[in-house]
Amino acid sequence: MAAPILSTPSHSRDGGPILEVRNLRVEFPTRRGVLTALDDVSFDIAPGEVLGVVGESGAGKSMTGAAIIGLLEPPGRIAGGQILLNGRRIDNLPYEQMRRIRGKEIGAIFQDPLTTLNPLYTVGRQLTETMQTHLDISDREARQRAIGWLEMVGIPAAAQRVDSYPHEFSGGMRQRVVIALALCAEPKLIVADEPTTALDVSIQAQIIALLKRLAREKGTAMMLVTHDMGVIAETADRVAVMYAGCIAEIGPVREVVKAPKHPYSEGLMASIPPLDRKVDHLAGIEGAMPRLSAIPKGCAFNTRCPHVFDRCRHERPELLETGTTLATCWLYDPASEKQVPELLKDD
Amino acid sequence: MTDRRPHPRAAGAPMLAAEDLAKHFDVSRPLLQRVLAGEARRTLKAVDGVSFDIPKGTTLSLVGESGCGKSTVARLVVGLYRPSRGRVLFDGMDLETARSDAAQRRRMQMIFQDPYASLNPRWRVRDIIAEPVRAFGLVEGGAAQRERVAELLMQVGLSPLDGEKYPHEFSGGQRQRISIARALSSNPEFLVCDEPTSALDVSVQAQILNLMKDLQARLGLTYLFISHNLAVVRQVSDRIGVMYLGRLVELAPAETLFIAPRHPYTRALMEAIPDLEMTGRQRIPVGGEVPSPINPPSGCPFHPRCPLANARCKAEMPALLPPRGQPDTIVACHAVEEERDGVVPGTTVPPLPAAATGV
Amino acid sequence: MAAGVLARAFDSDLWWSFKRSPVTVVSAIVALVCILGAVLAPWIAPHNPFDLASLNLGDAFKPPAWAEEGELLYPLGSDDQGRDVLSAIMYGARVSLLVGVAAVLFSTFVGVAIGLLAGYVGGTLDSLLMRIADIQLTFPSILIALLVDGVVRAALPREVHDQIALFVVIFAIGISAWPQFARTVRGSTLVERNKEYVLAARVIGISQIRIMLTHVLPNVVGPVLVIATLNLGFAILAEATLSFLGVGVPPTQPSLGTLIRIGNDFLFSGEWWITIFPGLALIAMVLSVNLLGDWLRDALNPRLR
Repeated sequence: MAAPILSTPSHSRDGGPILEVRNLRVEFPTRRGVLTALDDVSFDIAPGEVLGVVGESGAGKSMTGAAIIGLLEPPGRIAGGQILLNGRRIDNLPYEQMRRIRGKEIGAIFQDPLTTLNPLYTVGRQLTETMQTHLDISDREARQRAIGWLEMVGIPAAAQRVDSYPHEFSGGMRQRVVIALALCAEPKLIVADEPTTALDVSIQAQIIALLKRLAREKGTAMMLVTHDMGVIAETADRVAVMYAGCIAEIGPVREVVKAPKHPYSEGLMASIPPLDRKVDHLAGIEGAMPRLSAIPKGCAFNTRCPHVFDRCRHERPELLETGTTLATCWLYDPASEKQVPELLKDD
Repeated sequence: MTDRRPHPRAAGAPMLAAEDLAKHFDVSRPLLQRVLAGEARRTLKAVDGVSFDIPKGTTLSLVGESGCGKSTVARLVVGLYRPSRGRVLFDGMDLETARSDAAQRRRMQMIFQDPYASLNPRWRVRDIIAEPVRAFGLVEGGAAQRERVAELLMQVGLSPLDGEKYPHEFSGGQRQRISIARALSSNPEFLVCDEPTSALDVSVQAQILNLMKDLQARLGLTYLFISHNLAVVRQVSDRIGVMYLGRLVELAPAETLFIAPRHPYTRALMEAIPDLEMTGRQRIPVGGEVPSPINPPSGCPFHPRCPLANARCKAEMPALLPPRGQPDTIVACHAVEEERDGVVPGTTVPPLPAAATGV
Repeated sequence: MAAGVLARAFDSDLWWSFKRSPVTVVSAIVALVCILGAVLAPWIAPHNPFDLASLNLGDAFKPPAWAEEGELLYPLGSDDQGRDVLSAIMYGARVSLLVGVAAVLFSTFVGVAIGLLAGYVGGTLDSLLMRIADIQLTFPSILIALLVDGVVRAALPREVHDQIALFVVIFAIGISAWPQFARTVRGSTLVERNKEYVLAARVIGISQIRIMLTHVLPNVVGPVLVIATLNLGFAILAEATLSFLGVGVPPTQPSLGTLIRIGNDFLFSGEWWITIFPGLALIAMVLSVNLLGDWLRDALNPRLR
């Protein structure tokens, strides 16, 4: 496959990506049959790189994150493909082993900081415990580092606040603590699922800036899951657009945002109300994303796609080279009878 | 201020006027606990002295972060809350009077944020939509009622057959359409929209915003639009009010606000929004967080986060005044009034200096 | 139309979870047998234990049919007056079930009404009603039932009391169970009344009573069904306890509890069947109803699914 876009060019420099997801398939057995929640999802993340994963609710973006950190909600299960962390398979590990990897090698940040923090312990204790579970350091050293982390994520008067309980922090400050907690064992990979969605705009900006800086400085790979294209545009190096459990398009953030190649990404970008001007009519996409139980045959987007042609209704598209990105769209197969429409060509 | 006034009575009173509107909530602990702990009563001033008017056929939007009081204003304006101070005038009438008269009440409706909570899950869609029709006795007879429901469903882009279904059979966007159909069923003239698209996916949000704009143009509706999303607000508003800690800090025509925002908080908000055009941008976010409305700062409530704050800002509450050269705008800021905010009328507004309490 | 409703019922999640739980299926069958046996007693019972003419003292103390001296005519044996135990159980279960169902309906009605009012109106009324419920919950329910029964006995002459005894028992058992319904309904009402569909109705100007009945009520009755089922078992047991203590239903309408009390006298003289079989019937009925209630609670709770 076309490696330069699926993974970033920098990956050859450091000897390989941190995370490789290969043809991941997640299924949910229900009494009405097996639902496929993720279908043939593949991507890489290199050290220091931020991969944004966007899509609308139900597209499978959070599920991808959950599969990577080994926290799929039952009865969901990985039914195919591989997840490799530093070249080692982690999708088939027993629970205990996976638990050790979470925290040490993979840090997780969720939307609601209260679900991550234990309300009964001070933030300092939670930080030192996490560090001492994974790193061989003394109590003093751990406390020093805990204060250091709180300072690094921008908590004022960290030396005093280290002994505070989670409820004594405001929402934005709590999310900073969660970030410190996710980073303190110095993981190679961070999976952040809607880390700023619960926060106000002004706080959101602070958190994004923080995450971006830390990933760069520590060389951590980051998977940033969000529905907010603005956040992705500012933070990510590459972006994967998901639709109905598949990757619709993946590529450098500038290309995907400014000149999307997949008709779905195109519609998604056009739906976003612009901040810098007033438009009479927002483009939008007709209809709604299908439920998992009603994904159409062929391309999952074919019922809403303005460029649909016969092949889309019968054959599921593969990730195809578009010149700047990879898209699962038959328009980009030279063998297809239909030409790429003007709208989707490079500007 | 706006040239879009399709309504014949536009020259008269505004559709809605709020005069020094305030809502204070008692958030004290129960009496016994309070006495034992030796605490005083605690009041949350959710809204504290907000005035605006909405000319007929136009949209006024209120924006601000959570806790700024914008949703409380929405509820005051439709009479779900009784104001602690000030009053609301609906088409020149006192709101209390208007609410007690079904013929007036019919003219105002509300659209809510959460499409999963705003429709009674046990009711069929046709009954949900017909509820206002029945309550106000707008059409006679079952057949006429069914016809009206079918017409409303089509008006919001659904099929008349959808009336037989229950809300759970619809997606979020479709539910919001049903909500709109219910609101329209009493032939209202004034709609309060409380974050109508913030629970929706972006492609669906575009559909709903388009629908709301179409309906306004077609039916001459007046909107009070509540949102935290400035980009959405820009698409629908004629005028925009920015709220902070229960007060209006700036009120301006929509385009003016985006081209020449004056209040430091407005400028900071604009800076903070992540935007598609901004890939790779390095920016300086506003420092600090919104203080608690139970214990607001002295003087100007924004002063602890404001890079332009001085001694006067800490002591004295600024009044809403038009800045020089912008007669359509009113701003509550000493720095703007004293013209030390670095903005020269007629030129682009420069970025704010780094916040005093930055990251 | 009816076929469609039936088809939907058999396709529902509830039916699916029912089929997957063998305990529940067995309970349902046992409960159904008990209920049918009780309801249809006048038509299917082998004897009429109230028809004095048919009683034969010579047939007294017959052991169950499978014992040495047993007769097929009295499958579960007969009592001291030659009454068929099986028939007595079927007629007794009828009374037990009647009292149980009526008591549960009564407490459901009272509890739902109070809970809805307290939750929707709130404020002082809410505090007042809930404190009353709290106070009542501190008394064991059987004590309340005994108290009510005692008061009525003391206040009314004996003939009148016998006539209305059944209603007294129903009231006594029903009144002790309402706080449970009220608390649950109040809790859900507090959640529902702030939901946007209720606000939408208020904006339209629908009256508060109408909102309570047409909007809130249908959305808070789900858990009530579960409590009602679980309470049915309790109510049947409470009636049996009262009757066993001799303060329950009048002797002219013996319930399972009455049968157990009467049989109790013969337990040590060797005629065990007179008390054991009504006891087993009571256990089967209460247990199956309770297990059904447990299943219903789990099946309707989305978090446990």
